[in-house]
Amino acid sequence: MADLSIDFAGIKSPNPFWLASAPPANTGEQVMRAFDAGWGGAVWKTLGDPIVNVSSRFAAVDLGNYKMMGLNNIELITDRPLSVNLKEITEVKKRYPKHVIIASLMTETREDWRVLIKKCEDAGVDGLELNFGCPHGMCERGMGSSVGQEPKLITEITSWVKEFAKTPVLVKLTPNTGDITEAGIAAAKGGADGISLINTIKSIIGVDLERMVPLPRVGPGSTNGGYCGPAVKPIALHMVSALAREKEVGIPISGIGGISNWRDAAEFMVLGSTSVQVCTAVMHYGYRIVEDMIEGLSEFLDQRGMKSVTELVGSAVPSYKEWGELDLGYQLVAKIDAKSCIGCQLCVTACHDGAHQCIFTGNAERDRPPHAHAHGKAKPPTPFPIGDKAGDRVPWIDEPECVGCNLCQLVCPVPGCIQMVEIPGGKSETWNDRVNDGRAKVPGGIHDP
Amino acid sequence: MTHLLKLLDPNRLEEGLKDKKPAYTEAEARAEAERCLYCADAPCIKACPTEIDIPTFIKKIASGNDRGSARTIFQQNLLGYSCARVCPVEVLCVGSCVYNGWGRDPIQIGRLQRYATSAATDKGTKQMFVPKAKTGKKVACIGAGPGSLAFAGYLRIEGHDAIIFEKRSVPGGLNTTGVAPYKLKADDSLHEVGWLEELGVEIKTGVEVGANGAPSAAELLKDYDAVFIGVGLGDDTKLGVPGEDGAGVVGATAWIEEMKLKGGYAKPPAKVLVIGGGNTAIDVARECALLGAEDVAMVYRRGKEDMSGYVHEMAGARKETVRLIEHAAVAAFVHDASGKLVAAKIAEAKDGKPVAGSEREVPCDLAVLAIGQSKLRSLAQAFPGVDLDAKGCVKVDPKTCVTGNAKVFAGGDCINGGKEVVNAVADGRNAARHLIRLWAKA
Repeated sequence: MADLSIDFAGIKSPNPFWLASAPPANTGEQVMRAFDAGWGGAVWKTLGDPIVNVSSRFAAVDLGNYKMMGLNNIELITDRPLSVNLKEITEVKKRYPKHVIIASLMTETREDWRVLIKKCEDAGVDGLELNFGCPHGMCERGMGSSVGQEPKLITEITSWVKEFAKTPVLVKLTPNTGDITEAGIAAAKGGADGISLINTIKSIIGVDLERMVPLPRVGPGSTNGGYCGPAVKPIALHMVSALAREKEVGIPISGIGGISNWRDAAEFMVLGSTSVQVCTAVMHYGYRIVEDMIEGLSEFLDQRGMKSVTELVGSAVPSYKEWGELDLGYQLVAKIDAKSCIGCQLCVTACHDGAHQCIFTGNAERDRPPHAHAHGKAKPPTPFPIGDKAGDRVPWIDEPECVGCNLCQLVCPVPGCIQMVEIPGGKSETWNDRVNDGRAKVPGGIHDP
Repeated sequence: MTHLLKLLDPNRLEEGLKDKKPAYTEAEARAEAERCLYCADAPCIKACPTEIDIPTFIKKIASGNDRGSARTIFQQNLLGYSCARVCPVEVLCVGSCVYNGWGRDPIQIGRLQRYATSAATDKGTKQMFVPKAKTGKKVACIGAGPGSLAFAGYLRIEGHDAIIFEKRSVPGGLNTTGVAPYKLKADDSLHEVGWLEELGVEIKTGVEVGANGAPSAAELLKDYDAVFIGVGLGDDTKLGVPGEDGAGVVGATAWIEEMKLKGGYAKPPAKVLVIGGGNTAIDVARECALLGAEDVAMVYRRGKEDMSGYVHEMAGARKETVRLIEHAAVAAFVHDASGKLVAAKIAEAKDGKPVAGSEREVPCDLAVLAIGQSKLRSLAQAFPGVDLDAKGCVKVDPKTCVTGNAKVFAGGDCINGGKEVVNAVADGRNAARHLIRLWAKA
């Protein structure tokens, strides 16, 4: 079995799976249960001066029958006394010396930071995470994302912290910014040992249309919250990979954002994360999900012949390219498997209304749309496909018109029914090649007659 | 509509039968609706005789637009409320759901339709359709079954006056008197009729056209701009065997009507024989079993594969312990000295014909004849130009349901010999659409 242990900027963890700083890492009792379930570490719910919370605090977006595709919260940092949290941290570290506890911190003045860091490190934490990301409530008080949105502040406060800290310092970034690399570089400049991202996305998750109040509702009003859960994963992956590519950052990344299973975790790791942090999936299903994350990732590594999970880190980063470097000669075409097609014809309607009008039904020649590139009528395949399940409802592709966009495959409910097949022989060239050769002009431009 | 419910006896025997497909809660309906793939050119629409835009009404349930969902249904099928429960969806929309081919549970279209139409027709809910200003045109319908109700309702929405003459004391046709109560009870049928009355459809019960001082065919033709014949079928057919006029031998539709409408009607006795292999036979057998008969057997002269009753209905009946005696024909009914039915003489049947000398006595306390219904020939023939086919069905143009008389339309069982409620609704709607187009041009 592959070795899942990691070394994150000097923090040694039995596996890359950490609880993110959030309600699942609020108390010692919870964190110990999480460690028993298999979590390698926990970033403690953010410590600072205790706050007062509101009721309610969470709201979610469901997608069809899938609950909590996206979660939004307006909860603040810990509402418990610092001394209580620290006592519990000491106790947990005593009982679970090999597991990682990182204290998430949020406060204001240089002196506050000094005292808070001292107390946490005395309690036995393995590292510190600076919460420069929270986009609700705390930012109104000049903390959280109001720091993370100002690169100068990131650098300044990080450098204060580094002055005081003996343990590794992670800076947790907010995605609510124009260019995440500016924030990442600012953290590195301040001396951070690692970066965690993304914190939640500033959001209004919905509106109670009966009462005309946004959600989550607190009596007659509401406020913006922080959005997380499976819905934010693509945004997080982009930001993680952007920092992984940025040479001026150059420090380990702890990936956060919608990670629910080992596959999500692997995606974050191959795009540059050394560890991953999970919140929403645990809030949804409990600590127990880590068992599958550990097992699934191990199986995956074994299948790939990898000895250590660290081999994954960043392995897909080089394949990210600017659009101008993509191969314009690469061509795919959709193929529909008549055997497995169930005849729902969602691909037909998607292609006709949302793509390139090249999927048809019925055993007859069909008129191509007026804007088609190919000449003449679209011809059905011979022999005409008769499906095992769908009979003569199996659609067919007008291949000369198919641009290989993937949409039909994406809407098809039957896994494997529509395959995108490579058409070899296209001349490999990129847009940048064409620009360099002076062939970037496409006929029909703004100044053409 | 409360005046209609007064037509029903309290403590009707049918009330002892529970819904086989109970109503969805809101959460259940939304969850089921979310499963729908929203097929393009959907097979379920094609399988529906009224071509309801099923994926659209289901997506509207998923989005919480329940009223819009009902509107989508009613635009194609004004009796969507009863059809949701009565339709043999297993062989129509649900049976054609693409999930079947994929080995997944098909979408429960009937139950979703019930959810949408129930909410939209509930008491106190704003009527969905506001009839247009009166046009001065008026139509009469004979028989207050689904065909007439659809015809009258659609025309009424367009501003034409519609009146229905019904010889029974209750409207609704077979929805009220014939449908198995575990699908639709009489009060639910009357609920739907009441909703149609709200549109201004006028229903006169206890009026038999051409009899006892009621208007005649000629008078209807003179007083109305169009007439719709929706009379259904007549009395239960008899076997023509000795003993069938004695006690304990009853016609199926007559028995069901009593069971559905009469209060305090006697429960079925211990041993019941149901003669026939159609859906009415299956219904009666299943109802008797559910109402406490100890041994219910269907007697059918051919094999189960030849039965006109649906496979899923027979499977349902078998679950209630109904037995099937195949390749068997009743030769006589046997009564004891006091006149009580004690047995049926049953012969083996080959190719549907009894084999001489093969009779045996099968004990029974009740025998129900479910071998078909007679045709009501004379009423239709009272209209000049209206013809019957060889089987006694009224001849119509299949698209418009117009008979040989341009003012006279017909639909439902009287033109098809006995099909589904949804077919009758399609007929009534198509006839109404024809007139709406015709009168819009004028």
